[in-house]
Amino acid sequence: MGKTEEEIVSAMGERYDVMLHVYMEGIEEETRSVSGLTGGEGYRLMKYEEKHSGGLYPRAAARAMGIANVNASMGRIVAAPTAGSCGILPATLISLAEQHHKGKEEVVNCLFTASFIGEAIAENASLSGAEGGCQAECGSAAAMAAGAGVELCGGTPGQAADAAAFALEAVMGLVCDPVAGLVECPCIKRNAFGTVQALLAIDMALAGIKSIIPADEVITAMGEVGRSIPESLRETARGGIAATPTGKKIAERLTKSSDPHFPS
Amino acid sequence: MNAFDIIGPVMIGPSSSHTAGAVRIGNVARNIFGKQPDKAEIRLYNSFSGTGRGHGTDKALIAGILGYAPDDGRIANAYEEAKRLGMKPVVRFLGEYPSFHVNTAELLLQKGKEKMRITGKSVGGGRIVITRIGEYETEYTGDYPCLMTVHRDIPGVVSEVTGYLAGMKVNIAFMRLYRTQKGSRVLMMVETDNPIPFEIEGLLSSRPYIEKAAILRGM
Ligand code: SF4
Repeated sequence: MGKTEEEIVSAMGERYDVMLHVYMEGIEEETRSVSGLTGGEGYRLMKYEEKHSGGLYPRAAARAMGIANVNASMGRIVAAPTAGSCGILPATLISLAEQHHKGKEEVVNCLFTASFIGEAIAENASLSGAEGGCQAECGSAAAMAAGAGVELCGGTPGQAADAAAFALEAVMGLVCDPVAGLVECPCIKRNAFGTVQALLAIDMALAGIKSIIPADEVITAMGEVGRSIPESLRETARGGIAATPTGKKIAERLTKSSDPHFPS
Repeated sequence: MNAFDIIGPVMIGPSSSHTAGAVRIGNVARNIFGKQPDKAEIRLYNSFSGTGRGHGTDKALIAGILGYAPDDGRIANAYEEAKRLGMKPVVRFLGEYPSFHVNTAELLLQKGKEKMRITGKSVGGGRIVITRIGEYETEYTGDYPCLMTVHRDIPGVVSEVTGYLAGMKVNIAFMRLYRTQKGSRVLMMVETDNPIPFEIEGLLSSRPYIEKAAILRGM
C-alpha cells in the first residue's frame, strides 16, 4: 500500500535482524520451554557438532532447533511462515550465508524469494497446520528455504523451483500432531529435519537434478493431500504421536484445568 | 497476503493463535475499556484452557491488557509487570465449553466501580474477533480505527455520527449496530480507513442521547 521499494527492503531487513538475533540466541544456553517439556535441543546438538565437526547439516539443524527453543520459551521470533516452523528458513539461509560468506543484503533479497514461494503455497494450498497438516507448516518452510537458498548460492530460478518441489515432496502428507497441543514435540525436531531437507534439496537442485513434477503441481497436490488429512491429524492433538500412550500421559499432566465445570 | 504476512509477524512465541492472538485480544479489550484496569479476571475456555499454560496464553492476555504489543519481550514476565503497574490479574482455566469457539477468552476488566466484560476468540495466524462487549454480541477484529458509541435507540443518531465523519473526511470501511432489544440502547461500531480525529469524542459525548463515545485505534 503505497510503500516505496526502499521502505519494503528496509522492513524485510528488520525482520532479518530479528532472525539473526534469534539464530545466535538459540544455541547460547539451555533454555526451557514454558511447559518444561522441551529445552536445550539446539544447544546440545551444537555442542556435539563443535566436538565432531559434522559440518553444515548438523550445524544448521542445531540452529533451527535453537530458534524453535527460543519460540517455545516465549522469546521473540519471526513467524516464517508460522511460529511452529520458525527455525527452518533462518537456520537454512543464515547457515548458508556463513558458509559462503554472503552478507545481509543478499540474504534479505532471498527472503523475498522465500515469501514469494510462501505466497504461492498460501494461494494454492495452505500454510496452516490446522488446515493442511505439518506439511503445510514445516513442509512449506522447507520449500521456502530451499528455493531461497538456491538463489543465495547463485542457482537459477528454475533450480529454485525444483528445490522447493523436492522439499515439499519429501514431506507430502506429514501430519500435525503436537503432544498436548503445544508447539514443542515433535515441532522442535521437525524444524531440524526441515532444515536438513531444505539444504539437501538445494544441493540436489544445484547438482542439476531436475524435478520430474513441476513445483506448482506439487504445491497443488500438497493442498489436495492436506484437505484429505483427517481432523484428528490437523493440530487437534488427537492423533499421531500426540495420541500415543506417553503423549496422552504428558497431555494429562500438562493440561489439567483448575475448574473444569464452571457454570456460566 | 503480502511478503510480510508470510515472513512475519515478529512475535513472542510459541503460538500465533495462543500467544500472539491472545496479546491482541488483550490489546483490543484494553482499548475498548479505555484505561488500564486495576483488576482483570481472565477466563480461559477450550483449547485456551487446556493448552493455555504451556502456550503462555495467560501471560499473553495480561500483557495485552497492559498494552504491550505482541512482540514485546516483557510478555514472558507479564505477572511481574502487572504487579509493577498495579493491576491484579486473576486467571481461571475453565476447561471445555462447547458453545464457545475453540480459542476463547473472557475478560472481566474492572477499575474502581466500573466493570466491563469483553469476550474474544483467536481465529488463527494472530487474527482475532471480539465477540462480546458488555451485553452486546459483536464481531470486531480490531484491525481498523473504530468509533464506538453507546446511544439511545432513536432515529437520526447514525446519520449525525456519519455526517461528522464525512465532514472530517474520514472514510467508513464497515459499520455495525448491535442492540439487545428495540428502542433501548445501541452499540455502534464504525470502522474507518483513516485515523479518527479526537475532537469527535468530546463532540459526541456532549449529546444527551449518547451515553459514551470512544475512539479505538486500529492495529
Ligand atoms: S506438528 Fe503441527 S504445531 Fe508442530 S510444527 Fe508441525 S504443523 Fe506446527
